[in-house]
Amino acid sequence: MSAAPADAEQLGARLRERDLTAAPSVLNLVESRGEAARAQTAALLAAVSPAALGGEAPAHIVGVTGPPGVGKSTLLSRLAAEWRRRDRTVAVLAVDPSSRRSGGALLGDRARIERDPDDMGLFIRSSATGDRLGGLAPATRAAAAALAVAFDVVVIETVGVGQSETEVVDVADTVAVVVQPGSGDVLQFLKSGIMEIPDVLVVNKTDLGASAVRARADLGAALRSLGPTAADTAVVAVSSLSPGSGIAELVDTLDEHRAALDLPARRLRGRRRHALADFTAEHGQRGLRALGGRREAERWLATQDPSSDVATLQRALEERCA
Amino acid sequence: MPETPSPRLPEPDRPWMMRTYAGHSDAKRSNELYRRNLEKGQTGLSVAFDLPTQTGYDPDHELARGEVGKVGVSIAHAGDMRTLLDGIPLDQMNTSMTINATAAWLLALYVVAAEEHGIAAAKLQGTTQNDILKEYLSRGTYSFPPGPSMRLIADTIAYTVENVPKWNPINICSYHLQEAGATPVQEIAYAISNAIAVLDAVRDRVPQELMGSVFGRISFFVNAGVRFVEEHAKLRAMSELWDELGRDRYDVQDEKHRRFRYGVQVNSLGLTEAQPENNVYRIALEALAVTLGRNVRARAIQLPAWNEALGLPRPWDQQWSLRLQQVLAYETDLLEYPDVFEGSKVMEGLVADLVGGARQEMARVAELGGAVEAVDYMKAALVESHRERWRRIESGEHTVVGMNRFTSTEPSPLTADADGGILVVDPAVEAERREALQRWRAERDQPAVDSALRELARVAQTDDENIMPATIAAARAGATTGEWAQTLREVFGEYRAPTGVGEAAAVPSEDVSELRDEVERVSEALGRRMKFLVGKPGLDGHSNGAEQIAVRARDAGMDVVYEGIRLTPAQIAGSAAQEGVHVVGLSILSGSHAELIPSVIQALNDAGAGDIPVVVGGIIPEADAAALREAGVAAVYTPKDWDLNRMMRDIIGLVADQLDDSGAGHLGEAGRRAAGMPEGVDTAAPA
Repeated sequence: MSAAPADAEQLGARLRERDLTAAPSVLNLVESRGEAARAQTAALLAAVSPAALGGEAPAHIVGVTGPPGVGKSTLLSRLAAEWRRRDRTVAVLAVDPSSRRSGGALLGDRARIERDPDDMGLFIRSSATGDRLGGLAPATRAAAAALAVAFDVVVIETVGVGQSETEVVDVADTVAVVVQPGSGDVLQFLKSGIMEIPDVLVVNKTDLGASAVRARADLGAALRSLGPTAADTAVVAVSSLSPGSGIAELVDTLDEHRAALDLPARRLRGRRRHALADFTAEHGQRGLRALGGRREAERWLATQDPSSDVATLQRALEERCA
Repeated sequence: MPETPSPRLPEPDRPWMMRTYAGHSDAKRSNELYRRNLEKGQTGLSVAFDLPTQTGYDPDHELARGEVGKVGVSIAHAGDMRTLLDGIPLDQMNTSMTINATAAWLLALYVVAAEEHGIAAAKLQGTTQNDILKEYLSRGTYSFPPGPSMRLIADTIAYTVENVPKWNPINICSYHLQEAGATPVQEIAYAISNAIAVLDAVRDRVPQELMGSVFGRISFFVNAGVRFVEEHAKLRAMSELWDELGRDRYDVQDEKHRRFRYGVQVNSLGLTEAQPENNVYRIALEALAVTLGRNVRARAIQLPAWNEALGLPRPWDQQWSLRLQQVLAYETDLLEYPDVFEGSKVMEGLVADLVGGARQEMARVAELGGAVEAVDYMKAALVESHRERWRRIESGEHTVVGMNRFTSTEPSPLTADADGGILVVDPAVEAERREALQRWRAERDQPAVDSALRELARVAQTDDENIMPATIAAARAGATTGEWAQTLREVFGEYRAPTGVGEAAAVPSEDVSELRDEVERVSEALGRRMKFLVGKPGLDGHSNGAEQIAVRARDAGMDVVYEGIRLTPAQIAGSAAQEGVHVVGLSILSGSHAELIPSVIQALNDAGAGDIPVVVGGIIPEADAAALREAGVAAVYTPKDWDLNRMMRDIIGLVADQLDDSGAGHLGEAGRRAAGMPEGVDTAAPA
């Protein structure tokens, strides 16, 4: 098949016209790995670049992250409803970890996001991290960059406790970390610097009562003790259980962060890191492809002398792909 | 040798209550069925409601489509209940209702129907199942979030203890936990933990001096599998733990109040579609598990029919199961002895093992904050146990006669009838029910209904008022099932239970290694990882099968989108299009496939995703399967297709076929059209 950059440009044009029905095709494209698809993705990203747009894409790109079980997707369901109520269109990119063993993944977060199938203003796409570290799926950055042209809000939802999912910080304008009352580990991660300081800290499940009030106070104090930057982090308490509370305040807080932000600087930093991350990943992937893919490489390794050390094995792999 | 007294009881025991889980179509047809069943010697009623009634939707609601009168009777208002019970002596009858999210409502309808016959509520005997946690864990007919649901349960218990004192307001169900894959230890531990959550909730709503009576009214609904010795030990273990719980945690002094009372429906999970006649033996052995030992003998028994894995059983099939109970009770000498296991070392050892295991598991649930807070944990544990059970069947470690061993068979004359040996509900019932409902609404006193529902909403918003009086008033005024539930949904909100699939362990690599290679190859050709949507359209909440498919597909290396139960065709189609999946798998066990599957295919077409292949799994008779294939379904799977890896191979093959057809990556016709691309965006770059 001939790669036809014109098609990608057409997709880009539809995004620029804020045609939300382009979203599934955009995702199908940026997730595809073949040479032709990659050329088209490049063309699409060029068509929605700051150069083509004459400035940054208008959407608010929001990262929502937090440990499993903290109620992120239920919270997201409430948030999406609140944004829709304010007449903003929303794209959710939900990222789940892949199984290291099978390469497959269960993409379950859609399950808890309530939606009206006729509402074209809410787009949800789940993807898996694949081999990649850093908390994002391989195509998440490109997808966010493209959808940010057409949607008012682009949410990137990742799972983690702030250690490995560092990439979301590079892509999002505002990063919200969700915790629940009694999560002392988050305090520890913040203090020790394992976790990056979020822009907004959300204490969920405040229906749990007194412990939630305490958690909010503890987190506030911990943040203040970390110095002036951390003291700027807003702490919002919400309950996403029906009927929900604090959701409108959270949206206001996210908006305030975005309004106070030097957006071009943050996006520029993100694009540079994106380029570097893609460069790094591509070099590794190219090597793997030359070996016939991960499973083929594993099979070949299995035929090697079992007593070989790592350095020898790596040299053998290098020679094989050369 | 010391001389032994006669081992017999002075008088044989009275048999347990014999029921048949029955009901279909409308109140009139079900009433006729009940009267026939009672004539055959059945001694109690067990009402099966259809899914709209169970989940709180009227027959004319969108979600009710295809489900009205299907797995049970459709009851929309007091008039339907009156017809259902016509000619049945309610002051003598013992009626069990399998009803949960809407239990308070159906109890109210029952009370009102009795009232119309001049029978006081105090004389009514029966059971509302009313157990919401197992709905979150297994059965799926919940409506409201956990907090308000527990409040409804506590309210019905507090109300009946004072006003309908012979009623069992809740049946804590371990039954459905086993159907979801629970081991005996899990079945015991989760059921008792569930009971603790319920009792703690009621404790806040009744005076302490009533707690003994409350404890005494809590009954259980258990399961019995074919490993009947261990299953019997399980009941003895539950009895022991229950007695201890009453004494130690709730300070229940009266020993009678601490007695472990239960009804039973024996195992359906182990019934096979292959050589279905063998199920009769399984059912008989399972019935022994709950009757052999006198100390923990069931109070009420209902047995499944031999052909449940094929479709809805006919009255004759159910009669055959009732006859089994009658042979056991009236022909054998079972009821002539004291407990036959007392003093058995083996039984004591088994019970001690199970009690020990259950205590550990109960402690974990308690650590998580109790059964309500631990729903996610328990759900994941059940999915995991079920996966392990299935793995043992597939590997042959666990023998299922006629299914994975001894499979050669003569053709069965039992399934050779024109109707294939199952009950088919007249598709005209749904339209009839919709019309009847419109007449009901037109003829009632609308202002009285409006005011009753306003009062219901007011009470629901309070923390401490009991929901039952306002519910009974709404029933009297002529409100409908859907209106009652909708009023509460507006106050309480709705809920989606956890799917439990995310945490399931992976199958051993060697079992799926070839599949992974295939998925890698096809994914490489597609340009991105093969993506599979598993969907459950309609109100059917039996998600165990869909969950196992989702987990296996992940283990085979696919990216799997699974959104849980109760989705409309439009929602499923919307997800398929947005997620860019390569294949859609739908699961329906309620028998409404003929209506719902074509709707999903239509919705996929409407969403511009009509080229995505669709496969269907469920309890689907061959005639229906042919019709579905005609309507565009690529493959139909039934319980006889128990080899999940083979199913996965088919599904991968379907996606690969699409590749071959188009000669290009499968972007989706819609995607290409919408993108203005004739071809090639998703093009593979074959190495």
